[in-house]
Amino acid sequence: MKPAAFDYVAPTSLDAALTALADGGYDAKPIAGGQSLVPLMAFRLAVFGQLVDLGRIEELQGVARDGDELVIGAATRQAAIAKDALVAEHAPVLAQATGWIGHQQIRNRGTIGGSICHADPAAEYPATAVALDATIDVASTRGRRSIPAAELFEAAYTTTLEPDEVAVAVRIPVRRPGEGTAIFEVARRPGDFALAGCVVRVATSGGAVIDARVLAFGVGGAPIRLAAAEAALAAGAGVGSQELTAALQADADGLTPPEDAQATSAYRHSIVVHVANTAIAEAIADSQ
Amino acid sequence: MSRQQVEMTVNGRVHAGEVEPRLTLVDFLREDCALTGTHTGCEQGVCGACTVLVDGEPMRSCLMFAVQADGAQVTTIEGIGGGREGLTPVQQAFMDNHGLQCGYCTPGFIVTVEAFLRDTPSPSDEQIREALSGNVCRCTGYQGIIAAVRQAADQLAAEARS
Ligand SMILES: Cc1cc2nc3c(=O)[nH]c(=O)nc-3n(C[C@H](O)[C@H](O)[C@H](O)COP(=O)(O)OP(=O)(O)OC[C@H]3O[C@@H](n4cnc5c(N)ncnc54)[C@H](O)[C@@H]3O)c2cc1C
Ligand code: FES
Ligand code: FES
Repeated sequence: MKPAAFDYVAPTSLDAALTALADGGYDAKPIAGGQSLVPLMAFRLAVFGQLVDLGRIEELQGVARDGDELVIGAATRQAAIAKDALVAEHAPVLAQATGWIGHQQIRNRGTIGGSICHADPAAEYPATAVALDATIDVASTRGRRSIPAAELFEAAYTTTLEPDEVAVAVRIPVRRPGEGTAIFEVARRPGDFALAGCVVRVATSGGAVIDARVLAFGVGGAPIRLAAAEAALAAGAGVGSQELTAALQADADGLTPPEDAQATSAYRHSIVVHVANTAIAEAIADSQ
Repeated sequence: MSRQQVEMTVNGRVHAGEVEPRLTLVDFLREDCALTGTHTGCEQGVCGACTVLVDGEPMRSCLMFAVQADGAQVTTIEGIGGGREGLTPVQQAFMDNHGLQCGYCTPGFIVTVEAFLRDTPSPSDEQIREALSGNVCRCTGYQGIIAAVRQAADQLAAEARS
């Protein structure tokens, strides 16, 4: 199908884009890579009077280091993140997460800001952003603010951004000594959205886990912290231990994963334990 | 809704026109440029039949609007091989290995593989499969396509050595 008609602007400055969005109100919509938005428009699930293209705005592009943080421009393409040297050194799990996103042709156009703002429940970047304690810098003509990733994702496809706000950058604390990270997921075919996946970050001291973030995706509306597993890990429960297994089971029992043509709710329920176990083991191995 | 001027270089030739912003790049290529080698299968980014190179990188031309390609260098299947040089090693390898049957998916595969082997000159079998994962073929069962990429990769590597 073909999208409904719209007007199109491609400003080269962030200010011009913010003004266009403020003027357009609910009828105006940012477009970045278009890899989620264009299919929605083609199905006419979404209709807008005006698209404001963020793709020609220099200041939304690229990866830089700012003190203890990596600052990634919201319109930086996923393919650029996958091969960025700073990301590989300071936030390697973000590069690993990128490898799970769709296919090369999608990653060549899709952006980090687009993925985060789209907030697909099965997407890799939102859960990774929460696991890494990332912050999202956003701007509108009303000013700027920073939103912790943990407070950004409200529900499936729903964030706490206002319609006139643009994500400008994703700030990620650089990896600290003794930290370990990993991401693992199960999908029907390579490149498909995950049936269930998990991103893990552990902090260790003297080889022992002292803190953990365990984020599941694909099993609820927003990325979900597996809090019992996090607590068990911080209390010293090892991979394969009874304590960790029981904690993961308790976390999984608290979930009501979606059911669709790809997988039943019960199947997602069973694989979330498997992907979490795998990612936890890999994150701990990565910290050593 | 106002029409807009676009100008892009397609296969080395400048194409300009006035288009509706909602015109996808694939429709611009097929209908305004009369380059019908780029196919549409799903028009939702899943099948890969519409893959073209935009500034050298393979992308879905069904998930881009023509206005977004303003100023870009686009390469379609018509810009790859043919003419006096004949088929490229990738195209010849698809023929040699039964990498195509009806041919509907083939332009998307060829464009994807040309960029893949440019960036990954000595790929492992796993890298080949990963690179092909974004293109759907309903005929061949993929084995001939994988064999074709292997042959083309080996041939290009041998040519680079000599
Ligand atoms: C075949 C296929 C397979 C895919 N598989 C996966 C997968 O496995 N995992 C995965 O995570 N994703 C997958 N995707 C989606 C892909 O990652 C998209 O690129 C991503 O979800 C959206 O990024 P985008 O830059 O294309 O954003 P767009 O499609 O341009 O925009 C998406 C939404 O975000 C908004 N937006 C974009 N940028 C900003 C900004 N800076 N500030 C405010 N709002 C903004 C837009 O208004 C829109 O609502 C797949 C897509 C396709 C077509
Ligand atoms: S037509 Fe573009 S991916 Fe199928
Ligand atoms: S050859 Fe027919 S779809 Fe691939």
